[in-house]
Amino acid sequence: MSNTSAAMNTSTNGNQPKLSGPLAKASAATYEYLDDRTGLSAGLRRNLRKVFPDHWSFMLGEIALWSFVVVLLTGVFLTFFYVPSATEVVYNGSYVPLKGVMISEAYASTLNISFDVRGGLLIRQIHHWAALLFVVAIVVHLLRVFFTGAFRRPRELNWVIGVGILTLALLAGFTGYSLPDDLLSGTGLRIAGGILQSIPVVGTWGVFLLFDGEFPGTAWIPRFFVAHVLLVPGLLLALITAHLLLVFYQKHTQYPGPKRTNENVVGYPLMPVYMAKAGGFFFIVFGITTLMSALVTINPIWLYGPYMPDQVTSGAQPDWYIGWLEGALRMMPPIEWTIFGYTISWNILVPSVIMPGIVMTLLALYPFIEAWVTGDKREHNILQRPRNAPTRTGLGVMALTFYVILWANGGNDIIALAFNWSINSVTTLMRVLLFVLPPIAFVITKRICLGLQRRDRDKLLHGIETGRILRLPSGEFVEVHAPVDPDEVAVLLSKEEVLPLPMPPKRDANGVRTPGYAIKALRARMSNWWYRDDVPVVTLNELESGHHHAQEQVEIAGTYGVEPTVSEEVTAGHR
Amino acid sequence: MSKTKFDPYGEDNPANPKKPASSSGSTSSGAAQTHGGSYEEEIIAVEAPQEIDAKAAKRAERQVATMFMVSVVCTLGFVVAYFALPATATIELPLIGITNASNLSLGLALGLSTLLIGLGAIQWARKLMPHVEVIQQRHLLKPPDSLRKAALAQFSQGAADSGLGQRRLLRRTLLASLLVFPLPLIVLARGCGPAPKGELNETMWTGGLRFLADITYQPLKPSDVPIGGVVSAVPEGLLEVQKAQHNLNERAKSAVILIRMRPDQIRSQQGEGWDYQGILAFSKICTHVGCPIALYEQRTHHLLCPCHQSTFDLADDGKVIYGPAARRLPQLPITVDAEGYLVAREGFQEPVGPSFWERS
Repeated sequence: MSNTSAAMNTSTNGNQPKLSGPLAKASAATYEYLDDRTGLSAGLRRNLRKVFPDHWSFMLGEIALWSFVVVLLTGVFLTFFYVPSATEVVYNGSYVPLKGVMISEAYASTLNISFDVRGGLLIRQIHHWAALLFVVAIVVHLLRVFFTGAFRRPRELNWVIGVGILTLALLAGFTGYSLPDDLLSGTGLRIAGGILQSIPVVGTWGVFLLFDGEFPGTAWIPRFFVAHVLLVPGLLLALITAHLLLVFYQKHTQYPGPKRTNENVVGYPLMPVYMAKAGGFFFIVFGITTLMSALVTINPIWLYGPYMPDQVTSGAQPDWYIGWLEGALRMMPPIEWTIFGYTISWNILVPSVIMPGIVMTLLALYPFIEAWVTGDKREHNILQRPRNAPTRTGLGVMALTFYVILWANGGNDIIALAFNWSINSVTTLMRVLLFVLPPIAFVITKRICLGLQRRDRDKLLHGIETGRILRLPSGEFVEVHAPVDPDEVAVLLSKEEVLPLPMPPKRDANGVRTPGYAIKALRARMSNWWYRDDVPVVTLNELESGHHHAQEQVEIAGTYGVEPTVSEEVTAGHR
Repeated sequence: MSKTKFDPYGEDNPANPKKPASSSGSTSSGAAQTHGGSYEEEIIAVEAPQEIDAKAAKRAERQVATMFMVSVVCTLGFVVAYFALPATATIELPLIGITNASNLSLGLALGLSTLLIGLGAIQWARKLMPHVEVIQQRHLLKPPDSLRKAALAQFSQGAADSGLGQRRLLRRTLLASLLVFPLPLIVLARGCGPAPKGELNETMWTGGLRFLADITYQPLKPSDVPIGGVVSAVPEGLLEVQKAQHNLNERAKSAVILIRMRPDQIRSQQGEGWDYQGILAFSKICTHVGCPIALYEQRTHHLLCPCHQSTFDLADDGKVIYGPAARRLPQLPITVDAEGYLVAREGFQEPVGPSFWERS
C-alpha cells in the first residue's frame, strides 16, 4: 500500500515520482533522452490518463488481441523447424509407427517438431489452441458489438475492419491447418480444391494456378506457407492496428448508467489500473492456452498419417470455425446443371461460394443497412441494451440460429452416431430446420425483448413490487412498491424515443410526383416494421406522476409502520 | 430526461463521505487540476480497495508477491524440465492416461508461470490500486465546418495548381495509365501454373492395365476379391508415373475400388461387359468435391463418402441415392488377362472426381 500512496502523493505535488536506485536513474535518463528527441511527453500526458469504461464484455476483444499475440510468438518458433516442402523423404524420427515410411518434408518436419524438438509439441499445441481461441474471441466480441449496437455511427468503419479481421482469421486458420500435410489437412485441402474447381468459367484455371497444375501437385505447400506466415498475418496486423487505433481515437463506447452521457466517457484511467489489468490479461491468456496445451492434445497429426489422395478417415471434423461451411456443403441437395455443354454445380456453389459470400457481405454492410432502415445517423457512444432494439436483437438471434444449424450439420455424422439415428434423417431434418427455426427464433426473441421493455416501463412508473400487501382502514388493499435504485433508473432511462420514418407523400402540393417515391416508401415501410411494437418510452410527466404515486404509497405505508423495502429475493428477481 | 434527479452521485465534492478515509480521492482530483485545464476530467467516485487498512493491504501484497515468486519457481522448473526430460519421455497419469512427460511438465511450468504473473497483476490492480472512476469529455469527431472548408480549400488549391482540372488530356491519359498499371500483376499471376489442357478429363487407365492392391502393389486376381469384399486398387505403373511426375496427381484421379457381389444382384442398365463374375470397379474419388470414398456397406451395396455423406448404390451403376453429390460414380469395365489378373477393359468413359465448368 505504501507504494500506491506514495505515487498518489507525488502526483498531487506535481513532482517526479520519488523512485531511487540505479534502475530508476537509468530509466529517467533514457526517458529524457527519448523525450528530448521525440517529444514523447505530449503524447504520454494526453494518454496516460485516458479513460476506458469498464465492463466484462469489453474484455472479449482483448482476448482476441492477446491470443493473436500468442499465435504470433509461437508461430515464429515453429517456422524455425517447419520445412515447407512436398519433397518425399524417408521418415527416420522418434515416432516408431511411421519409421521408414516415405512422407513429405512438411509432414516429417511437423512430426519432428512434435517428437524430437524439445518443447516443440507444446509450442505447436499452444499455437493451435490459441488460434482456435482467436477465432472464438473474435466471434463472441462481434456478437457483443452487434447486440449492443456498438457498430452505429461513428464506428461503422471499425465494424467493417472487424469483419475483415474475421475473414482473414478464417483464412489464416485454414492455411495453417493445411501446412502439416497430414491426412486430415490434405482432405480439407482436397475439399477446398473441389470447391474452387466448381466456380463457373474460371474454376479450372483457378485450380491450375493455385496448385501449379492438377490437385495436389507440390507447389501449394510453399505457397500456403508464405500466405500463412507472411501475407495473412501481415494484413491481420495492419487491420488489428487500425482497429485499435480507431477504438483509441474514437474512445470506447460505454453502457448506460449514472452520469454517463453520449458526450462523455466514464471509467478508469489507463494508468495504473487498466495497464495492470490489460497487461496482466495477456499473461492470463498465454497461461491458460499453455495449460490447455499441456493437458489436452490438439490435432495429433501423427495419428492421422501422411496425406494420400486415395485415403481418408471417417468421422473427420474440421476446426470449429469451418464447421458451418462444412455443414452447408453436407446439407445441400444434389443440384447440377449442364447448359450448352458447360457444368454449373449448384450443390457446391450455393453452400460454399454464394451463401458464405452473401453472409459475409451482409455482415460487413449491416451497420449501413440498419442506418438506412432506421434513418438513424446520429452519433452513438452509449451502448443500447439488446431489449431496447428488439428487431435488431431478433435478427441477430435469427442469424445465429441459422449459423448454429449449419454448424451442427457439420457434425451430422457425429450426431447420427451419438444418437443412433440415420444420417440421412439427420441431414433432412437439418435442411428443414435451417428454414423453420430462424424465423421462430426471431419472433420469440423480439417478444422477449418487448416483454422486458414493458417490465422496465413498469418498474420506472411504479417501482419494484415488494410483495407486501397492506389493507387500509377503508378496506382497500394495496401492494407496497419500493423505489428503484437510482443507478438502475439511469440504466432504465437510457431507452430512446424513436419514431419510424414517415410515409412520403405520393405527390407534393403542386401535384408533382415525389422523386424516388418507391424507394422512399419502401424505406418508410421497413422503418415502420423496424420500430413497430416498441414499448413507448416513459415521458417526464409519466415519470413524475409515477414518482409522486410511489411517494404517496411510501407515505401511507410509513403511516402504518411498514417499511417500503424490498426483500433480498425480490430484488434478485428483478435484477 | 431528468437524470440528475436520480443521480446518486449528485455531490461532486471530492470529499464525498462515500469515499474512504484515505486522501486518495481528493489528491487525484487535485492532480488533474494542477496539470492544466486542457485535460479536464471529473472524478466521480473513488472505489478504494476494500482492504485499504494496513493489515489487509499487507495481506494482499503478500498474496501478489507469492504469486510472482511461484511464477519464478515455475519458470525455473521449465528450464529444469527442458534439460532433464527427453522430448519423448512418457508418464502415466490418472484420468489422462499415458501422456508425453516433457510436454506435460513444460506446459504446466510455463502455463503456471505466465498465468501467475497475470493473476498477480490483476490482484494487485484489484486490491492495492485505488479505482478512481473518472469522467472525461469526448471530443467531437466531426471537425468544425470552418476546418473542413479550409482543408478542402487547400486541396482544391493544390488541385488547381496542378492543373488537374483544366488539362483534360493529362487527366485522361493519367487515368488510362493508372488503369492499365495493374495489368503486369495479373499477367505475372499467369505464371503460377500451366493452362488446363483437359487433364481433368483423363486418367492413366486404359484397356489392359492391371489392378494393383493399393498398399502391396501386387496385381489382383478375381480370387483376391471375395463376395461382399471391397479392395482399394491403383493402376499398374502408378508408382512409375508418380516418380516421373514427382507428385500424387495421378493417384488423386485414378484410385479405384473393387467390390464383388453375386452377379444376379447387379441391377445394371449399362449392358454387358462391365463386371467380371460379379466384380465391379468404380472410381474411388467422390464426384462431389473429391474425397476418397471408403465406407462400403456390404448388405446394401451402398458406398458412403465420409466427408459429406454422398451415398452411391454400387449395384445400380454407382447412382447417387443420398447426399450432395450430383453425379454417379464413374465405372471401369473390367475383365481378366491371359494370366488371369484383373484388368480394365478400357479407360473411364467420363471424367472422375468433382465437377468443373468445361466438363460436359
